[in-house]
Amino acid sequence: MKTTTSDMGRNRTGVATSPIDSADITQEAQKHQPSHLGDGSLLLQVRQIYARESEGLGSVPPPVSLKGVAKTAVDVLKGSKPTVFIDKLGERLAFERSGTRLYEGALAKFDVYGSWEGGPTREGLEKIYNDELSHFLMLTEALKSLGADPTAMTPSADVAAVVSQGLPLLIADPRANLRQSLEALLVAELADNAGWEMLIELARDLSHDTLADRFQLALESEVQHLLWVRGWLAAGVSVEARGAPAREERAGTQPRV
Amino acid sequence: MALDILQEKGVPLDKQVFTWKDLVRRPYSKLDDDAFTRVCVIYMNGIMADALRTKHAFARMNRELREPLALIRRLEQYEQTLINWLNPADQTPLETTLGFEQVAIEVTASVALREPDPYLAQTYRFGLLEDFDHLYRYSALYDRLEGKDPNNITQSYTDIIPGRPTSVEHRHPLDDLRRPYDKRAAHPLTKLHAMSITAAENQTHDYYMTVGPFFSDPVARQLYAEIASIEEQHTSMYESLLDPGESLLEKWLMHEACEVYNFYSCVAFEKNPRIKEIWQRFLDYELGQLHYVKEIFQNVEKRDAAEVLPSTLPEPIGFKEHRDFVRKTLNQEEDMASNGQDYVRMADLPRDHRSYIWRDQLNSDGSPSETVAAGYKWIPGTELAARTPRMGSTFEGKKVH
Repeated sequence: MKTTTSDMGRNRTGVATSPIDSADITQEAQKHQPSHLGDGSLLLQVRQIYARESEGLGSVPPPVSLKGVAKTAVDVLKGSKPTVFIDKLGERLAFERSGTRLYEGALAKFDVYGSWEGGPTREGLEKIYNDELSHFLMLTEALKSLGADPTAMTPSADVAAVVSQGLPLLIADPRANLRQSLEALLVAELADNAGWEMLIELARDLSHDTLADRFQLALESEVQHLLWVRGWLAAGVSVEARGAPAREERAGTQPRV
Repeated sequence: MALDILQEKGVPLDKQVFTWKDLVRRPYSKLDDDAFTRVCVIYMNGIMADALRTKHAFARMNRELREPLALIRRLEQYEQTLINWLNPADQTPLETTLGFEQVAIEVTASVALREPDPYLAQTYRFGLLEDFDHLYRYSALYDRLEGKDPNNITQSYTDIIPGRPTSVEHRHPLDDLRRPYDKRAAHPLTKLHAMSITAAENQTHDYYMTVGPFFSDPVARQLYAEIASIEEQHTSMYESLLDPGESLLEKWLMHEACEVYNFYSCVAFEKNPRIKEIWQRFLDYELGQLHYVKEIFQNVEKRDAAEVLPSTLPEPIGFKEHRDFVRKTLNQEEDMASNGQDYVRMADLPRDHRSYIWRDQLNSDGSPSETVAAGYKWIPGTELAARTPRMGSTFEGKKVH
């Protein structure tokens, strides 16, 4: 088990590992002209051709209840596009649900690696885990109340999953210690905070004020999560940089919020 | 309408051309296309992978056929590329894995139902229950690793419940070998089935061997190792159904017919016109290849290809759900085991049987397939949807955490 992350060792990835060989291959590379003219923009041009031909990732499913059908019809008559809200609700639901699994993984790492001065506590991680889980439920209920199917993977949920593919990968990697895993949680919380903020704005724009009020409460807890995770991570980096030994007992403290 | 493969000449080889842009097309939609479109893509990639694999093996064993084999192989490599590249990039390896298992369940079920030879039909049912369990194990992994719902991929066509437990599927290599069909007596459909399912399982094995190391979670890595091992067993089992007495050219001719039959089945199913057009094109290409090989067969073997080939193709494969059949099979045959080439009830195997020894050794440090799915019960929205109410959260009240 390794609690530190930045020890000096035999890293071979840079050119300085092999000065003679690297000088030789650099010289050789400079001697040769590219086989074809142009630059990296050609790659982007091909991507643009495919983008023009694309029909997107997929769609939002139709409403599942009569109530949902009626709401959709009313919204359409009012000139709005109700599927946008459903799509974004589906995104937050999927993100919170996956986030729950991230914190499960972080708790498992906490048990192995312990914490550090200013690092996470079990209570802190559990609190966030419980928040993610209850946000998932709240969003399930919100989607049901709009007559939508909360089990569907919406296009925005799919996008969020693609964007965050690395998060569960790192959390599940037993070689990444708790401090390194906090990097994944930081990315998740940053995205989560922005996601909730935008969802609240959208809810207010569409006059879903009751939902917006509930989402505001969720955002408040997400703000707290971000402060904690950022604080834990910063403390961990600082502790190691100062050369202080990592504390292996499970006794980190929560930063003040 | 039945397809007369001896009359339909398809597209001649010199007209079967591609460009890189043509090979790399717009993929199907993970969210909007029918799960059976994904099933067909994954399955046909497997069929074409085996077309190449088989023809490479032929080329390593036969000097005279190397040139025609090289010509056909190259075209089929392009076909496989175009098909495999229809898988979209937002579909993760684990999601594609769920698709692989849906192929193994639904295509094998269709084959088991129509197989005229009762011994081979039993073999398909035997393997089917094992792949059925794999879907359940991978579903638990998907749910627990990423917090996602496996039914988003399988689209309510296929049950997500335990089958014959993966942990008891590990057998001694000699208990995976079966009796082959008799090339002279077997119905053509029997030959097409055996080749098709062998191809699908071999590709499943190769896919798991490729993507397994992409996972970081140790149980995921172990699970891919474990299920890849079963797919190797299944490949051994299904390929042993093929009559080794068939000449190389006879096998080649039948493989082309198998490819024709499978594209024909996809054409019959597919609703997405963009994908259907691909199946139709490759059906025509494969007919052209079949007739090319038929000429070689008749010239070299000095016999009529009609002795080997069916004149009309059988009913297409049923790309649809088979829940009733799978449930009935599970109910009646979950506890089947094999003793050499014969099927027996698991309880009838002596405790010191070689397959028990083999299995116990592998599982002696723990079983990944049991670990990953401990207590797992799929519900819509993932198992977290069932856990949430116990957390005391409230929706109507103010408190949300």
